[in-house]
Amino acid sequence: MSSSYERIFDIPIGPQHPALKEPAMLKLKVDGEHVVGVDLDVSYNHRGIEKAAEYRTYIQNLYLIERICGICNVAQTLTYCLAVESLHGKEIPARARFLRIVAEEISRINSHLLWLGVAAHEIGFDTFFMHIWLDREITLGLMEALSGNRITSSYNVIGGVRRDVTEDLLSRIRKGLDDLEPRVKRYREIAINDRSILKRTQGVGILSPADAAATSAVGPTLRASGIKSDVRADDPYSSHDQVPFNVITSDGCDAHARIIVRLDEILESIQICRHCISKLPAGPILQRLPRRAPQGEAMSRVEAPRGELFHYICSDGSDKPYRCKVSTPTLANLPALVRMLTSKGRYVVNIADVPVILASIDPCFSCAARVERTGGV
Amino acid sequence: MGIIDWAFRKSPWILHFNTGSCNGCDIEIFATLTPKYDVERLGALLKGSPRHADILVVSGPVTRQASGRILRIYEQMPDPKKVVAVGTCCISGGVFSNGGKGPCYNVYPGLDSLVPVDAYVPGCPPKPEAILDGISKVAKKAGVGCK
Repeated sequence: MSSSYERIFDIPIGPQHPALKEPAMLKLKVDGEHVVGVDLDVSYNHRGIEKAAEYRTYIQNLYLIERICGICNVAQTLTYCLAVESLHGKEIPARARFLRIVAEEISRINSHLLWLGVAAHEIGFDTFFMHIWLDREITLGLMEALSGNRITSSYNVIGGVRRDVTEDLLSRIRKGLDDLEPRVKRYREIAINDRSILKRTQGVGILSPADAAATSAVGPTLRASGIKSDVRADDPYSSHDQVPFNVITSDGCDAHARIIVRLDEILESIQICRHCISKLPAGPILQRLPRRAPQGEAMSRVEAPRGELFHYICSDGSDKPYRCKVSTPTLANLPALVRMLTSKGRYVVNIADVPVILASIDPCFSCAARVERTGGV
Repeated sequence: MGIIDWAFRKSPWILHFNTGSCNGCDIEIFATLTPKYDVERLGALLKGSPRHADILVVSGPVTRQASGRILRIYEQMPDPKKVVAVGTCCISGGVFSNGGKGPCYNVYPGLDSLVPVDAYVPGCPPKPEAILDGISKVAKKAGVGCK
């Protein structure tokens, strides 16, 4: 190694870089074209939300927690609401539970389509990106009709959901899903058959099942390595036990498998939405809960679009949480990302593959910025 | 009419920088670029380098970590340059400032405390139409006197 150490260079990527949609710093150690090490700094988005949550009431926190991540905001509020409801020890009405699933699945479809577009952009297939983002507007329209806003929906509240649905709205959602389904099937066909996609993604970013388990990967990243794990199936949190659905897995273990898993999940989510709409129970949508939560601790986990999202709330009996801790899926996937980005033995990572591998875990650095690295700007 | 003003008005190239946003505004900025809203019909293109850009579109509350970067990016851009602040967080800190009651320790009170801002697009997140409006108004403002 003494002769090769001089050949190893550092290449910084970020925090402002065309391949990055969010600020993050990757310091790649390269030997020629091959990446041999990576140093990751994701703290540019650190805002101090967990500390700020201690100064606000449970109801005010709903709007703060929602802004941890704009893409999976439904999952964030859902996890937070589940934790607060479990502090109170109360069940919410059945109709609200089903409506929560509808909102969650629409946001999952939205997130996966968004990701697929970004992945196509990273591959260099901008036409695909534009087509997908045009169809993504369908789900945004559904979200706007359901909650009143395209992105930040504030749909889940403590004890239920904010808005009820009408028959008219349900038929609109049904029509939107019917429009979307053939489009997603077409995209799946393209993703399987298109040579440029296959060449850029197959065999890239390999994460073996053993590595995925060892690095505690979550969500589609884990499922694309052939491990069947989904919080919706393993620990049903919102009437998911009454909804039939399949946990999608793939044995590909590479970036292409992650594309296929996410596309199949969109189709599965469409089925879940349809089921929930047809079986929507009658009744109230909100169970009012007191402003002060009883003393105690509560944990909750939800299958967010990127994987398992975990919230912990400690209450001292007042109307503000004593401690609020959030563990996000991107944070859990970072060790797996570092392993995928490091060449080892016959597995070689080229610099050109770095954006594809980075995109393949669907990183959301605003979720992941839970700590700040000091000593460098 | 100067050639720079004329060129600015016809091709306001955009640089997007996320200073700590929750991604809500970012995806709306990207939605502005994609077919339904299509900011490209105004001549605007998303560029990767600050040296190619005329308009800096900033989203998100300015965090302490990103504050140095935003200044560097602003200084790297050639004159004339314009800044559009997208989203309530970028304008005032938004939900992260809370009017002085328990603010987030890592967030600046607004982008204009660091760099001059030419257009504010409020909303959480603003709709793509609003972002489009902000960008087109800045482009028009730059090309005052142009036909």
